[in-house]
Amino acid sequence: MKSEYDVLVIGGGPGGAVAAWTAARKGLSACLIEKRPAIGAPVRCAEGIGKKLLTDFLEPDPRWISADIKRARIVAPDGTQIQLKEDLAGAEVGYVLDRKFFDRELVWKASEAGADVFVKTRAVEPIIEDGILKGAVVESCGRRQEVRAQVTIAADGVESKFARWCGIETAVPVQELMSCVQYLVTDIDIDPASNDFYLGNEVAPQGYLWVFAKGERSANVGIGIPASKNMPGNRAKDYLDRFMAEHFPDGKIIECIFGGDPVCRPIDCTVSDGLMIIGDAARVVDPITGGGIGNAMITGRLAAEVAAKAIAAGDTSKAALMPYDVEWRASKMGQNLERNYKVKEFFIKLSDEKMNDLADSIANIDFAEFSVKALVLELIKRNPKMLFELRELKDALKH
Amino acid sequence: MLNIRREICGYCGACVSVCPEGALELIDAYLTVDSETCINCGICTKACPLGALEVINEV
Repeated sequence: MKSEYDVLVIGGGPGGAVAAWTAARKGLSACLIEKRPAIGAPVRCAEGIGKKLLTDFLEPDPRWISADIKRARIVAPDGTQIQLKEDLAGAEVGYVLDRKFFDRELVWKASEAGADVFVKTRAVEPIIEDGILKGAVVESCGRRQEVRAQVTIAADGVESKFARWCGIETAVPVQELMSCVQYLVTDIDIDPASNDFYLGNEVAPQGYLWVFAKGERSANVGIGIPASKNMPGNRAKDYLDRFMAEHFPDGKIIECIFGGDPVCRPIDCTVSDGLMIIGDAARVVDPITGGGIGNAMITGRLAAEVAAKAIAAGDTSKAALMPYDVEWRASKMGQNLERNYKVKEFFIKLSDEKMNDLADSIANIDFAEFSVKALVLELIKRNPKMLFELRELKDALKH
Repeated sequence: MLNIRREICGYCGACVSVCPEGALELIDAYLTVDSETCINCGICTKACPLGALEVINEV
């Protein structure tokens, strides 16, 4: 490992990989470090992503696509189903990835473009001189060394520590961290072209339980509930085990993964002198779905582009890196994050009864577009009597 | 003091992300607690989806 780079990226998930890939393509010297012994394992994710989001970065490859999803089903507490179908014109539904291979592909792209990659290597301390971040002390297989960089990109995920060491508060409020448990289950009867979402206080209070197809007879079956709802006997794992016993008693669990998913607003500012924060570390996760792969890649690419300009201009101060923060907030992604946060705040307050009523009102519609906006607009249109409650939702869509 | 039940812990980092003091860390995919920094507030015990953390009040 060299002791000096233009860009040091901390974390080898999709956000970090795309940042290093973009930086290398821009002709910068880039170093990507990942604390785990392997890229993409263990990954903590339900692995779903919208098609358009993915294809903005790379062509889909069967090696890392587990399932091509044609429809989604939302199951209300009383069992009422809402079908969301893929539109013939190609509206996005999504893929379920195999992150073990997908993450490796992205890191391979970064490496192919010229970035140096180091696994089992973690940042242990920031190098700060005169209040400006100059890189990090890293520990690689037990060996410590300084890696200096003009810009350091923190892509260290939900358990992000690096930005915090640099004085930026990144702790997630406990009521806005989704506690998640997921099993990869095989030998079960599922619809291999559907992603299913189960709602309700009995199934997943203030969260949802998902069954994402991973093949003909296998699926990611997982749950996310707010951390504050975890109680002895009623933890995320307990809810999931009860669901499994009821729906897939004979399924074989061949993988279990756990993790936190931040559904809070993004952190207040994602740059400081010499530092940029991206992906889950910046909390740019969709507050409704909990999905973060695409947003991590978007912020990774933008961060590297802005870093390249700043480095070329010889100024990597907070002001010079600020266009990154301003641009992603103004982008469609940034606007959707804010809108979906408000929509989420509305839905978590709904009783099962109201949720059933809403689901019932739209149960027989085939949605051509799989989007939060389309769903919410239809709810508002079909529930004039609930307009007072839905006002909050209507207001959220205005912004 | 904070007790990590390692036989249950999935080393996922959920607790790390909510710790207000930054006392928890995943090192080599292994959860560690800095007992000097930990204030035994118990927030991490809520975040854990598996119930692997507990605050033990010593007398």
